[in-house]
Amino acid sequence: MDFDKELDARNLNCPLPILRCKKGLSEIEPAKILKIMATDPGSVKDFQAFCKQTGHELLAQDEAEGVFTFYIKKRAN
Amino acid sequence: MAKKLALIASKGSLDWAYPPFILASTAAALDYEVSIFFTFYGLTLLKKDLSDLKVSPLGNPAMPMPVPMPNFVQMLPGMESIATMMMKQKIASKGVASIEDLRSACIEAGVKLIACQMTVDLFDFKKTDFIDEIEFGGAATFFEFAGESDVNLFI
Repeated sequence: MDFDKELDARNLNCPLPILRCKKGLSEIEPAKILKIMATDPGSVKDFQAFCKQTGHELLAQDEAEGVFTFYIKKRAN
Repeated sequence: MAKKLALIASKGSLDWAYPPFILASTAAALDYEVSIFFTFYGLTLLKKDLSDLKVSPLGNPAMPMPVPMPNFVQMLPGMESIATMMMKQKIASKGVASIEDLRSACIEAGVKLIACQMTVDLFDFKKTDFIDEIEFGGAATFFEFAGESDVNLFI
């Protein structure tokens, strides 16, 4: 999947992946896509909850060898 | 309109420093307006120097220990420092944020930090011991934002 910015949140624990994600989203334009990688298993539910509450769109997520990857499209302002 | 979160932070040990700063920084990331009222031992969390936050196994039977440790061993001089050192190593090795980092994240996100003036007087704290990004207030100040908050927690 195409993305506009990539963020590495591997080996970070709750709530750091979410805080980094929030910061990453603030650095891109609306409708652009942020790719985030994390290893915290709790981040799967947390990113879903984050997007549900903030209106950013979780386009896709997958897992490979213990690394979770999320693609989040920034909401229109 | 943004949701609002009001927290009271009343504890000042290393372990109990986490819940208010984790919840506040996360809520801010979720676009909440957040205020934390620091009272009694919680005021320690607003000091410039956070390096002397400690955790004690004493009186905390649920604290995981590498080997079983009777109370009379836990009360020996130096045990608190050892427990704190082990906890800090664990925090770093598991990728858990430091309290300094979480507090900075809160400040950066605009979380309001309010120090209880009565506690400052009670314990003879100096205002210069605290970070600059705080306000001082009392119970009425807490209710000013707690009364219109969606979530209120006492920690």
